[in-house]
Amino acid sequence: MKKRIVFSCKMAATAIAAFLCFLSPAFAATPENSDDAPGRRLARQAVKGSKQWTTTDHKKMEALNKDFTSGEEITRACISCHSEAATQFHKTIHWTWLASEDKTDLRYGKAGFSVNNFCISGNAMEDKSCLSCHPGWDKKGVQGEVNCLKCHNSSGFNFEEALTDVKSFLKDEDPEAHEMAKDLQQDIKKAVTQVTFPDRKSCGDCHFTGGGGDGVKHGDLDTSLTKPNRMLDVHMGTDGKNFTCTRCHTTTEHNIAGRIYTNPAVESRKSLIEDDLAPKITCESCHSAMPHKNDSKMNDHTDVVSCQACHIPSFARVNPTMMMWDWSKTGKMKDGKPYTEDGEFGKPVYKTIKGEFKWEKNVIPEYYRFNGSLTSTTADDVIDPGQIVKVSQPVGDKSDPQTRIFPFKIHRGKQPYDKVHNKLLAPILSGSKGFWTTLDMNDAIERGNKTLGLPYSGQFDYVETTYAMPITHMVAPKENALACTECHIRETSRLAGITDLYMPGRDRFRLVDTIGWVSVLGAFVAVLLHGLGRFFMRNGKED
Amino acid sequence: MTDQKTIKIYLYTRFERLWHWFQAAVVITLIITGLEIHGTYSFLGFKTAVRIHNYIGLTWLTLFAFFVFWLFTTGEWRQYIPTTKRLFSVVRYYAWDIFQGKPHPVQKSTHAKHNPLQRLAYLGISAMLLPVQMVTGLLYYLYNDLQGFFALSVLAGIHTLIALFLLNFLIIHLYMITTGHSVLGHVAGMVTGWEEVTDTTAIEDWETKAVRKN
Ligand code: HEM
Repeated sequence: MKKRIVFSCKMAATAIAAFLCFLSPAFAATPENSDDAPGRRLARQAVKGSKQWTTTDHKKMEALNKDFTSGEEITRACISCHSEAATQFHKTIHWTWLASEDKTDLRYGKAGFSVNNFCISGNAMEDKSCLSCHPGWDKKGVQGEVNCLKCHNSSGFNFEEALTDVKSFLKDEDPEAHEMAKDLQQDIKKAVTQVTFPDRKSCGDCHFTGGGGDGVKHGDLDTSLTKPNRMLDVHMGTDGKNFTCTRCHTTTEHNIAGRIYTNPAVESRKSLIEDDLAPKITCESCHSAMPHKNDSKMNDHTDVVSCQACHIPSFARVNPTMMMWDWSKTGKMKDGKPYTEDGEFGKPVYKTIKGEFKWEKNVIPEYYRFNGSLTSTTADDVIDPGQIVKVSQPVGDKSDPQTRIFPFKIHRGKQPYDKVHNKLLAPILSGSKGFWTTLDMNDAIERGNKTLGLPYSGQFDYVETTYAMPITHMVAPKENALACTECHIRETSRLAGITDLYMPGRDRFRLVDTIGWVSVLGAFVAVLLHGLGRFFMRNGKED
Repeated sequence: MTDQKTIKIYLYTRFERLWHWFQAAVVITLIITGLEIHGTYSFLGFKTAVRIHNYIGLTWLTLFAFFVFWLFTTGEWRQYIPTTKRLFSVVRYYAWDIFQGKPHPVQKSTHAKHNPLQRLAYLGISAMLLPVQMVTGLLYYLYNDLQGFFALSVLAGIHTLIALFLLNFLIIHLYMITTGHSVLGHVAGMVTGWEEVTDTTAIEDWETKAVRKN
């Protein structure tokens, strides 16, 4: 008898094991850590052995072997060979600060009616402090000449300052000053020839400090990305792939791939296999739409959830980012003087000229459906001041095949609006008549709106606003991607806000659960009572 | 009871026993992992639970097809034909007589392994709950490839409800096996195949319909 039992058990175990192995090759066949995710293989292949090379040494270029006295002269030297560069560049948003190809259309763009809830408006390039990020010489805006070196020079040399000095030394009668000018010009010449493709710092000089300071604006772009490690960003990490920005933000005729206000970065997601000349701006470009191992449930997610949603667990992981800016608190004085108060992270929490701020680090994104497009409320759009105004808000619809659930930084703000026209206002901030000097908001709005040619009633108040920014940089190594239960969990799901789909682990039907559990409990109680009954009646046996 | 003699009969073939214990393990595993996926508790971790649930679920689904094949080729399916005859006395037995130590009104035999109440219960489970659970499970598994076909929420609702009904069954089932000649009598029967039964009257004709008469 015993033999039989043992034999049966053995048989059963063997059979079950055999069936499992037979039916589930992945159980047995996939060794842990084997790196066979197709998406990684593809991407590795795509960037394999692609060292940049050039046929030109700018140190040997006769056109650059000159004593420059102005920025414009340098640019002309560039153009003497790169004849179309400036013409191309003049058509781009980097130059015009207008989103539309029709450059008389002022609707979107920071030289147009676009506003945000940071420094609010670019005031049609009239606010000169904004122009420190315009790629022209000497803050002349579109009136000036393109400054090629802003993006194509690796020397770190301050050309504008040096050239200003050269000019003033040359004007001087003193021969010693002329000597100094000559020396400076030698330095300039040396620096000018250090021509490169844009590196992370070139782009970062403006894009890491958007909103007026390091990490103010984006949350996934700050100076920590100049030399990141791969924990912060697997693609850009110097110990990782060491990508520059243009590795993904590919370029045609100086137009750089990326979202432009309401325009998505790409019409449709394509991998390089489908279209090898498509911009490499989406994750799918290199990783394909089915990047995970073949038997992985993750591949079933990619039609609904963006890569970024799981692979960027949090943003501002090294430097803090600004999460709130309240303009209504401006103007407070300490001892009759404007002041700054620093808070956590050594970042200002109050500035008389700017108002109140909140900063955060390791921020968990908010998630929305997003098709790559953002709606944008401009200074020319009517708002409802009774509600929080969504200055920038993702567009997306469950039924749209381009839409994914995507992570966002939502920056909250309080900014001036016109109480009569119900429109957001565009105060001018810098300069001798700007708000930062006068602290007179009404006057600053008057002047600011005039730069845009938009009317102002003379009455303003402050309205709460939100500004959404897609989170797409700071992709973490795969081991730091989100666990299932960051979303598939009852109470604390990151996707609590997305209610138009059923998610196992997060969702349930109360009725089903109630009926089910009552029946389970009922069975338990019945069995218990029955058993007790049998025990006490001793199955009717009388001893 | 004392005056009745008990005999041992070979009730369950090796295949049946194997299938029974395999299915027991499968269903218990599926309930444990399923309820974790449902968010009732965390135990193995969501990812592991999903993986095990899917592998076991699909394995079982495949093997169940063989089981159905066996059921029909051997004619064993007749064991599950529902009958109301003596159903009431079985109900009365469990509700009342069992406390008095009266004998079970229906005896097991190789041709009638299940009493009328069992037949009804097992038919309900095997013919209704399990297939529906398997079908909803498979559709759930294939949901991404069959989009727009049905609502995931409906599927999940049915799948969860039946999961809990099966848990209900499991509790009652585990209890019922203690009602044999000895507390572990039925367990031994399902392990060895040999079950101790009371040697009473001959099996009546209506109970042996499972045997072909010609
Ligand atoms: C005794 C049988 C089974 C029980 C008790 C059971 C139980 C459960 C439960 C409670 C859930 C959670 C439902 C929810 O909250 O949405 C679930 C999910 C699921 N079940 Fe089952 N199940 C069984 C059989 C099967 C079978 C045969 C399959 C077929 C492969 C299957 C596939 C699935 C799938 C795919 C899910 C969703 C898991 C995911 O998130 O990917 N189940 N099951």
